[in-house]
Amino acid sequence: MSKPLYTLAEPMRKPAERGSKIVHAFGALADLGAEVANRGNFQDTIRTSLHLLLGSLGIMRGGVGRYSLYDGEVVFAAVRGLGDEFPLSISLTRDDERLMLECGTAALEVLDARDLPVLSRFGWIFEAKGIEIIVPLVVRDELLGMLVVGEKATGEVYANHDKDIICAMGRHIGVAISQRNLLTELERKADETRKLYEDMRATYNDTVRAFAAAIDSKDKYTEGHSTRVGKYTEIIARELGWPDDEIEGASVAGYLHDVGKLTVERKIINAPYKIDAKESKELNRHPAVGYEILLPIHHPYADVPLAAKYHHERLDGRGYPDGLYDREIPYIAKIVNLADSFDAMTTDRPYKRRRPVNEVIEDLQHNSGSQFAPEITSALLRGILRETTGETKDKRFRRLLGREYMETENLSPLIAHALDNIGATQSIVLTA
Amino acid sequence: MIHDLEFGAAVAVASEATIFSPTSTPVRVRTVAVVHAGDYLNKLSGESVERECRERIAEGARELILNFSRTEIVNSIGVSILLGVIDAARSSGAHVVFTGVNEGTAELFEMLGLTNHVELV
Repeated sequence: MSKPLYTLAEPMRKPAERGSKIVHAFGALADLGAEVANRGNFQDTIRTSLHLLLGSLGIMRGGVGRYSLYDGEVVFAAVRGLGDEFPLSISLTRDDERLMLECGTAALEVLDARDLPVLSRFGWIFEAKGIEIIVPLVVRDELLGMLVVGEKATGEVYANHDKDIICAMGRHIGVAISQRNLLTELERKADETRKLYEDMRATYNDTVRAFAAAIDSKDKYTEGHSTRVGKYTEIIARELGWPDDEIEGASVAGYLHDVGKLTVERKIINAPYKIDAKESKELNRHPAVGYEILLPIHHPYADVPLAAKYHHERLDGRGYPDGLYDREIPYIAKIVNLADSFDAMTTDRPYKRRRPVNEVIEDLQHNSGSQFAPEITSALLRGILRETTGETKDKRFRRLLGREYMETENLSPLIAHALDNIGATQSIVLTA
Repeated sequence: MIHDLEFGAAVAVASEATIFSPTSTPVRVRTVAVVHAGDYLNKLSGESVERECRERIAEGARELILNFSRTEIVNSIGVSILLGVIDAARSSGAHVVFTGVNEGTAELFEMLGLTNHVELV
């Protein structure tokens, strides 16, 4: 190599050199600390860390490997100047791990560390690549990886203070790997918990649907009623713009709204005639009984028992069991009330046939503000209109009500007209 | 022929020479490449300077001139990147020259041994 053309004044350079080296190394250490604290991309952190390590002492080549206890492999996350032949993965034996843990984060000179089994297998490539020092990365008695470093650009041998700097930086890099491992473990556990939660939710929803089927099995004429009310409730909640988890809760409230009927005599539920006052009193107990059944259960959604208790209340206070007015009625109960009434109007009953859809629309419009909350009625009608106009490809109402029923002539204009009228209705605040 | 290449982190200027291969087909190679280090050597994005140098060397440059006239400070990341350039040049037998280096940076290069491998002019 030719003599440098640029030279510094000798008296200026020599006395300052040692101090400058320390200042430069401390700068690199501070930058490394900041890099480790910055929880950005892990690969970038490791690459930057290796640059800082090599640049702090002017080291020509090196690498940072991450150790996996599970497969006993050190996988190099960053290498510089080691060429394509250098293996990116090195397997360690239990003896390697034990010996490295005994050393802690200390600089091991390759020439003096021949008792490490890994060097009997990879020593030749370490030698060929000029690797002089290995530093195990140990944090809290756990081997997390290793640093390998080659020769200094000055050609000097490593002084003890150089090794101290390398080890100090190695501890920082070890902390970065430790943080990453902890984060990965946290993510894995969070993922497991999420899956467990999903399984539990699926089990809960299956149980809810099974209950709905059990409730419906008591009434041979209204088979599928609870299931349909669950679905209508879900549609209305979605039209109202509720978030997904609340829509799911609303749907559950719909499925279980009639759970109290399990305690009502079958002959009353299935009576093929208009029931008398005594039987009516018995039947009308079902909301309160449903509430009692559902209250002790820890539902993921708070309003499920309230929906069961108040789904026969009306805005004008003429409902039961408590004759509540408008704002006294829980919102979910107003939705279930509409879904329940809509299903009653659109399905055959023991003593009457279902009503034509145009009559149902007119009825909803007529009773909006007295029995039904206007914005909830509008939400249901919007859902139907989206389907009749083809705005949505979803055929939910068609599946629930039948194709013929939904293809009634001029249904879309009728719904649009009803929506206009309901939209003009002022929300009446009714109180006792 | 001389031309400028804009490539984000640095600007390279290369001169070309025509050499003759044993098959007598003339091959044009760039013999001198100039790469401006810019002010990018203090972070990971500085690796683009190294990539550019490696490309010029791979294209056949035998004289690589790194211009530091727009570089105020070089930190440890920059030193590591430059060591990578030196290593690549050495493997290919290319000669590296650093130019426009300020006094503080020159001291650093000398202290860390870079001047054992490059010329400072």
